[in-house]
Amino acid sequence: MASVNVEVKSEPLNNHFLQGQPWKLWVAPILFLSLFFVFPMLSIILATTQMVGQVSLVTNWSRIIGIIGFTLFQALLSTLLTLLIGLPAAFLFGLYNFRAKGLLRLLSTLPFILPTVVVAAGFNSLIGPRGWLNLILMNLLHLGEPPVQLLNSLSAILLAHVFYNTAVIIRVVGSALEHLDPRLEQTSRTLGASPWQNFWNVTIPLLRPAMASAILLVFLFDFTSFGVVILLGGPQFATLEVEIYYQTMQLLNLPLASILSIVQIVFTLLITLSILRLGGGEIIPVRPRVQEERLRKPQYLAEKIFLVFMMVLIFVIFISPLLGLILRSITRLDAERRERGVILPALTLDYYRELFINRRQSLFYVPPILALRNSLLYALASSLLSLLFGGMAASALTYKIRLNKWLDSMLMLPMGASAVTLGLGYVLAYGFNFQSRQLFPYLIPFVHSLVALPFVVRTLQPVLASIPATIKFAAATLGASRWHIWYHIELPLVSRSIAVAGLFAFAISLGEFGATAFLTRPDIPTLPIAIYRFLGLPGALNYGQALAMATILLACCAAVMALIDLTQTRMYSGENL
Amino acid sequence: MKHKFFLFMVAFIVLLTACGQRAGVGLTELNVMTHDSFAASEAVIRDFEQENQVKINFISSGDTGSALNQAILTKSSPLADVFYGVDNTFLSRALQEDIFETYQSPLLAEIPDEFKLDKGWRALPVDYGDVCINYDKAYFVNKSLTPPETLDDLLLPEYRGLLVVENPATSSPGLAFLLTTIAYYGESEYLNYWQGLKDNGVVVVNDWETAYYTNFSASSGKGAQPLVVSYATSPAAEVVFADPPVSESPTALVAGSGTCFRQIEFVGILKGTRQRELAEKFIDFMLSRQFQEDIPLNMFMYPVNSHAQLPEVFMTQIKMPIQPASLPAELITAQRDNWIEAWRQLMLK
Repeated sequence: MASVNVEVKSEPLNNHFLQGQPWKLWVAPILFLSLFFVFPMLSIILATTQMVGQVSLVTNWSRIIGIIGFTLFQALLSTLLTLLIGLPAAFLFGLYNFRAKGLLRLLSTLPFILPTVVVAAGFNSLIGPRGWLNLILMNLLHLGEPPVQLLNSLSAILLAHVFYNTAVIIRVVGSALEHLDPRLEQTSRTLGASPWQNFWNVTIPLLRPAMASAILLVFLFDFTSFGVVILLGGPQFATLEVEIYYQTMQLLNLPLASILSIVQIVFTLLITLSILRLGGGEIIPVRPRVQEERLRKPQYLAEKIFLVFMMVLIFVIFISPLLGLILRSITRLDAERRERGVILPALTLDYYRELFINRRQSLFYVPPILALRNSLLYALASSLLSLLFGGMAASALTYKIRLNKWLDSMLMLPMGASAVTLGLGYVLAYGFNFQSRQLFPYLIPFVHSLVALPFVVRTLQPVLASIPATIKFAAATLGASRWHIWYHIELPLVSRSIAVAGLFAFAISLGEFGATAFLTRPDIPTLPIAIYRFLGLPGALNYGQALAMATILLACCAAVMALIDLTQTRMYSGENL
Repeated sequence: MKHKFFLFMVAFIVLLTACGQRAGVGLTELNVMTHDSFAASEAVIRDFEQENQVKINFISSGDTGSALNQAILTKSSPLADVFYGVDNTFLSRALQEDIFETYQSPLLAEIPDEFKLDKGWRALPVDYGDVCINYDKAYFVNKSLTPPETLDDLLLPEYRGLLVVENPATSSPGLAFLLTTIAYYGESEYLNYWQGLKDNGVVVVNDWETAYYTNFSASSGKGAQPLVVSYATSPAAEVVFADPPVSESPTALVAGSGTCFRQIEFVGILKGTRQRELAEKFIDFMLSRQFQEDIPLNMFMYPVNSHAQLPEVFMTQIKMPIQPASLPAELITAQRDNWIEAWRQLMLK
C-alpha cells in the first residue's frame, strides 16, 4: 500500500475538507465563464437582433442543413481515424519504455501549436503537386503528372485533423494508462483471465472516463474546424464555422451569423451530453501507484514489431511534415528560371537573417524576439489562468453537487463558439471607449484560457475522480488541512495530468489566431500574426521568412514542452507515494 | 510551489504592463482603425506626430470585412476617430450604416475624379490597385506558348487546367475576379463564361495564400498552375522580395482590356469622434504627397494623388492594365450575395 507522508500537527482535528461546501469551488470558474464567454456572446447576439430588418434572414436553408450534415460527418470520420492511430500510440506510450520515448511523444504533440497556414505549407511541401512524395514517385515511375492528388479533398481534411489531434489521445489516454494500478490486471490474470479478457473487461473499463474525455475533445475540435477546411479542403467543403465566417466577413450578415453560432453551440452541448453519458457512469477509484510502475521494455517479438511499426507511423504522419517545413525554411530554390524543371536547391540562412532587419523602415516591423516574447507571455498567462479555473472546476466535479452534470457541459461550450463571433462579442462587450480599445491585448490571455479550459477540465477530471476518497479521509483524520491534502496528496497524484493540461493550454494559446486577430495591437503582435503578415505578400523572401518564423515557433514550443515534461518527471517520479 | 506561482503571476503582470506603457504621456491621442494589411514607414508617421504633437494609435482589426464589422457594431460609441480600409466592394454598406462624418478635404483637388465614388465626401479615396491574372513567364517561354491576353483566351484548349482562381465567398481577390467577369460579360452572360472556365479545367481554391503559394508555379511554393488571380503589383513585389535579388520579375500580368478589376480603398472620420480637427489633419496627411509616395512599397497599392511619384520598381515591372473593369458600388452591395450564391451553385456542384 502506498504510504502517505503527512506531518501530523497538534492542531485540533481539521476535517472541514470533508464537511465544507465544495460548491464554492464553482464560484471562480463560473464567474470566469460568465465574464469571458456568456457576456460577450450575449452582447453580440443582443446587438444583432437589433439589426434584423436591415439584412435579410432569408437564406438557402437546405444548404445550411447540408453544411451541418457535412460538419458532423467529417468530424465523426476524423475522430474515428484519430482513434485508430491515437489509441495504439497511447498504449505504446502508456505501457512501454523505449529509447527516444520522450522525444517521440514531444514531437507528436508539436503539430498542436502550428497555425493552419503553416501546416498547409508543410503538407504542400510533402504531398503537394510539386511535393517530395510526388517528385520521388514521378522520378521512380517516370510519370509526367503528379500521381498523388491529396490536396483540396476530403482526405486532406481528415489527414490534417489526424495530424493535429492524435496528440490529445496520446496524452490524455496515455497518461491515464500510466496511472492505472497494475494489481487489478494482475489479479484478473491470476483468476484465469486471458490477456484479451483482461484487456476488454479490466483495462478498457478503467480507461473509459479518460477515453470519453479524449474523444469529446477531438470530436469538438473537428466539429468546429475552420482553418483546415478552408486551407486544405478547398471550396467544395464548408463546415458550420466556415459558413459563420462567410456570413460575417463577406456578407456582413451578423444576425444570420449569430443564429448559426447559436446552432453550433447547441450542437456542442448535445454532443457533450451524449459523449459524457456514453463514457460516464460510475468512475472506479483506483489506488494510485508510483508512476511508471507499469512501464516495461517490450520483450516479445510481437511487442517489438508493434513498437517499430508505431514509431515509423508516428514518424511518417507527424514528424515528416514538420521536417519538411524546417528544411524548406533553410532552402533557397534557385532563381534560374529559364531552365525550368531543374530546380537547384541550396542551403541558406537568409530568411532567418532577414527576420532581424527592418528593411523597409516599416512602422509595423516585428522583431522576431518581440513577437516570440509576446506569444510566450500570453501562453504562460493562459496556461496559468486555465489551470487555475480548470483545476477548481475539475475538483468541484469530483464532489456530488446537484448541478454538476450541467455545469460540466457548460465548461465545454467555449469550444463551440466561433472565433469570429467571440472576437466581435469581446469588441462589443469590452469596447467602451477609445481608451478601452488600447487595453484589448490584456484580454488575449483570457480568450486563450477560455478556449483551453475544456482541455484542462477534461484532462484533470478523470484523474482527480479516480483518487479514492479514503486516502483523503485518512489524511484529514490525521489532522492534515485542506491545503496539506491538496499539496501532499492530490497534487503529486495528478501532477502528470496537470503537466499535460498545462501543455495543451500553452500550445492552444501559442497557435491561436482567429480571436487574437480581433484583440491584438499592431505593436504587440504574436508569432502566428507575424507569420500571416509575411504570407500576405508575394515574394520568395516573404515565404521564406514565414517558414523561418514558424520554425522558431516550433523550436521554442519544443523547448517549453520538453521543460514541462522534464520537470514533471524529475519532481515526482522518484517520490515514494 | 505556491510562492513560485505568485512570483510568476507578478512577473507576468509587470512584463505585460511594461508592454502597454509605451504610449507617450500627456500627448493628445488619435485612434486610427485599419485592416491588418495597413503598413507605413515609421519616419513618415513620426513626422506627422511631431508636427502635430499627437500620438497615433493604430488599431488593426483583422481583414477588411472584420474591421468594417467592428466599426459598424461600435458606431454608437466608436473605438477610433478615423477608419481606413473600406474598399469599393464594401463602400455602399459602410455608407448605408452611416458610420462616417462628412469631410471635404482640400487635397481632393489633387485626386482624379474617377476615384471619388462618394460625392457626399464621407469616404475619401486613398489608394487603388487592380486585381489581375498573373502569369509565370518561364512556363510560357519553355512551352513556346503565348500567354493569354483576354478573358476569352482563357477558354482556349491550350490553356486548359492552367488557371487557378480564388473562391469569391472567402477571398477578396476572388470576389474581384468574379466582378471582373460580371462587368465584362454582363449579368446575363457571366455564368456561361464560368461554365466555360469550368469545362476548361479551372482550379478553384479558397484563399489567395493557397492560390499563390501552393498552386502558382512561379511562386516559392512551385505549384502546378502558371496562371493565378492576384494583384497588378505582385510582379513588383516578386522583385522587391526576391531571394537572391533579380532584375526582372519572374511573373507578369494579363493586362488586356477589361481583364482586371479596380479596387479603391477609402478613409473616413468616424461619427462621434472627439478629435475632429486632428482627424481632418490626419486625413489631409494621408492624401498628401509624403504619405501617398510611401504607399506603394508598404502596401503594394497605387497612390490616388496624381502628384505622387511612383517608385522605380513599379514603373519598370508593372504593365498598367488597359481599362480595368469596375461596377457601381451600390450594385455590388445589392447583388453580392446573389452573384456569389449563383457562382457557388455552378462551380462547386
